[in-house]
Amino acid sequence: MAGHERAGDEHTAAGPAGGPPVDGVRLDVRGLEVRLGRAGPDVVSDVSFTVQAGQVLGLVGESGSGKTTVVLALLGHARRGLRISSGAVRVDGVDLLRLPASQLRAVRGARVAYVPQDPSAALNPALRVGTQLREAIRVHPGAVEDPDGRIREVLQEARLDASPELLRRYPHQLSGGQQQRVGLAMAFACRPSLIVLDEPTTGLDVSTQRHVLDTIRSLCAAYGVAAVYVSHDLAVVGGLVSDVAVMYSGRIIEIGPTGRVFGDPLHPYSRGLLSAVPSPVQATRLTGIDGQPPRPGRRPAGCAFAPRCGFATADCRSQEPEPVLIDSRDVRCLRVAQVRESSTRAAAALSRAPAAAGAAPVLSLRDVSASYGRRRVLTGIDLEVPAESCVAVVGESGSGKTTLARCIVGLHRNWTGEISFEGAPLPASAGDRPRQMLQRVQYVFQNPYTSLNPRKTVGQIVAQPLEEYLRLGYRERSQRAARALADVSLGGDFLPRYPDQLSGGERQRVAIARALVAEPDLLVCDEVTSALDVSVQAVIVELLRNLQAKRRIAMIFITHNLALVRSIAQSVVVLRDGAVVESGPVEQVLDRPADPYTARLMEDVPKLPTPGTQAQGAAAAEPAAPELGR
Amino acid sequence: MTGAAPVIPPVAPSRGAGRHPWLSVLWSAVRTPRGAVGLTLALLVAGVAIIGPAVSPHSPNALVTLTFAKPSGQFPLGGDFLGRDVLSRVLNGGWLLLLMAVAATAIGIVVGAAAGMSAAYLRGASDGIIMRTVDVILAFPQLVFALLLLSLLGPKLWLIVLAVGVSHAPAVARVIRSATLDIAERDYVKVAELQGMRPAKVMAKEILPNLITPLMVEAGLRLTYSIVIIAGLAFLGFGQPPPTANWGTMINENRIGLQLNPWAVIAPAVLIALLTIGTNTFTDAVARVTIGVDRRPEEAALIDDLGPERA
Repeated sequence: MAGHERAGDEHTAAGPAGGPPVDGVRLDVRGLEVRLGRAGPDVVSDVSFTVQAGQVLGLVGESGSGKTTVVLALLGHARRGLRISSGAVRVDGVDLLRLPASQLRAVRGARVAYVPQDPSAALNPALRVGTQLREAIRVHPGAVEDPDGRIREVLQEARLDASPELLRRYPHQLSGGQQQRVGLAMAFACRPSLIVLDEPTTGLDVSTQRHVLDTIRSLCAAYGVAAVYVSHDLAVVGGLVSDVAVMYSGRIIEIGPTGRVFGDPLHPYSRGLLSAVPSPVQATRLTGIDGQPPRPGRRPAGCAFAPRCGFATADCRSQEPEPVLIDSRDVRCLRVAQVRESSTRAAAALSRAPAAAGAAPVLSLRDVSASYGRRRVLTGIDLEVPAESCVAVVGESGSGKTTLARCIVGLHRNWTGEISFEGAPLPASAGDRPRQMLQRVQYVFQNPYTSLNPRKTVGQIVAQPLEEYLRLGYRERSQRAARALADVSLGGDFLPRYPDQLSGGERQRVAIARALVAEPDLLVCDEVTSALDVSVQAVIVELLRNLQAKRRIAMIFITHNLALVRSIAQSVVVLRDGAVVESGPVEQVLDRPADPYTARLMEDVPKLPTPGTQAQGAAAAEPAAPELGR
Repeated sequence: MTGAAPVIPPVAPSRGAGRHPWLSVLWSAVRTPRGAVGLTLALLVAGVAIIGPAVSPHSPNALVTLTFAKPSGQFPLGGDFLGRDVLSRVLNGGWLLLLMAVAATAIGIVVGAAAGMSAAYLRGASDGIIMRTVDVILAFPQLVFALLLLSLLGPKLWLIVLAVGVSHAPAVARVIRSATLDIAERDYVKVAELQGMRPAKVMAKEILPNLITPLMVEAGLRLTYSIVIIAGLAFLGFGQPPPTANWGTMINENRIGLQLNPWAVIAPAVLIALLTIGTNTFTDAVARVTIGVDRRPEEAALIDDLGPERA
């Protein structure tokens, strides 16, 4: 053990001083397979990759693709009910899966460190930050000579102020970004060889996220640490990692250098994922991937992606593809030659007519201020929503955007000022508003997992507004409900299903159908895609955009994701700390931000690393193609 | 870019929990060893109580043997303090106890659930009035509260049922209130409010169906208590008038002859004990299934990974 750690220290010492990090494979995963129970189906199979010292490998895929199962296996851990059935995970040549439990415990936290997704849940709320950091070092005697000195050092490396005050604080006295930095410091404290990061920046604001990502990158490079970074957010991964592995249904379907994989994906699934990512610099028509990944044990014969794939042939449905090395990456696809020939479809640029000027606004807010108890969360908001157009409200968490939505629909009643709907002032609380008024302003909630009653069928849920607002009879209700479902591309077979039988995207479609069946004049969408995968987000955003144009309704689209704004809205309002920072047409605000805050937000939005290609749209995508042919 | 974490779906206690969520929970509970043992015990005693009158060898009130006679071939459990057949009295003395316990439980659950749900959903003054009343009733021990009502109004059977039922209500209200507080904040309840639904309808249509699992656990627990309290009241003399057989009364009237024929006391006592152990064990199994302790590990791992099964 000690010998290995010495070796690690040499690397560490060489890293910052000797320029390029020491070459060598830090992590080598071979044929990893994880099964369900004793003899159940495999959850993850045939996963192999290597990570060099100082490099970061990104692991991406939809939820349910097995990403988390793989990274937990890197720590020699399988969740209850799962079992690592075969394969090897070698860290500096030592196979963790062959180590006895006591040695594995010594390795975890010292040689292999883990940074969990939610730092506020991972730090013990009852212990001071300093105590927890010291504990992380103390459980590995001999790993660090001078614990207090090392804590000061590692906090500085994580760009935290290493003052005694910070060490005496409790986790809840830190901001989200600081908490995650403490998590990083804890992971780096014992100078690990491998660090596993499980979506450590989800839940952080874009600017904080960017700083945390910078920290991760520089720490790994400086100390020759190999890192595996799991994320569903392709743009974040793109800016951070050197290599990327795309997972689908428990297998790596494409793995290679980030520039190649993201610049010219060869697997149809990678292509689908990338075309679903909204661009912050250009309005694009988003393309999602319909359907959902198969569950373990329900995998179709042949290629697991075939049912959702546009390139699939009869062979794909019978023959499981083996990885082939093409263009410096491994791809698991039988039709890779055909996929390669078909040019990367340049994201269809979208031009949207500006909102008709001079039309009377559907909704206007004048000097609206709102508070929770004594705490004021909105100050003097002025906002107009023109008829038939979409206004995006963007802001970081805590900017008051959800409170604004709740004031408009009448769920938050403690506000002053005036909100008028088609000229008539709206009473503060939904309880005081007449039925017709409630019917004409519809609200789609953020989380489709809590906005549908689990004890009601989809049919009952969608028909409910018709009963409450319009008092329609049963037959009429069922017909209209079926039609509303068809509008959101769900078939009649969904009517008798219960919400727990639906995927997240399907649930959100049901929620949208429920709002639209009431035939509203204004639709308020509150972060409707933030609980969904990128591929599903694209489908939902496209659906909303088309329905809004077709039904000619006005819409307020609330989001923290600046990149989505261009794809859906004509005008945008930027909120900060409960006040409007800037507002105007989308092109003006995002391309020529007048306020430094907006400019910084635009700057910090993670962008896919496609130098010069996507930015200029279709024209620039052409020259990229011949280069790939070589 | 996407900042908020993908939200982990709230996991339904069992697969396909939809049309009859309570049925699937009960079925899962029965399949655990704990649930199977509990249900078997409870059904065994309930079977004795229900079928008993039909198969009893003698009339429960006929003086057929000697006072505290030892068990014999003709009288397997011997005689009681008046020389009646203990076996026949045991077989006849359970059904009314069971019926009263079920009725009292039903009253307690209905009253308690209505009170707890209203308090939590309506908030404000209703919450204050209901919960302070609950606090006052909870200050009395349950048995004392029932005795108080009975000594004021006289020992009538329906009154016993009512008294025991009402004494259950506060505890049920407590549990249901806290469960409702959670559900009332769910978005689908807000949706119903935005549709202009009246509070009574919101409670009946949106909230109540989601309270079924805590209500099932409460019902099992209160049934256990009902049996104990009603048998206890009978022991204390508040039950059916003397000649009628009753397990609670039997323990009291035969305890003077404990050395002569212990079976006259042991048989009814064991039946009451088995019944309460059975209902309590089964309730425990139901509770464990609903909070997921006894979910099969493979199933748990899959749900954590992928969300509940999609049909």
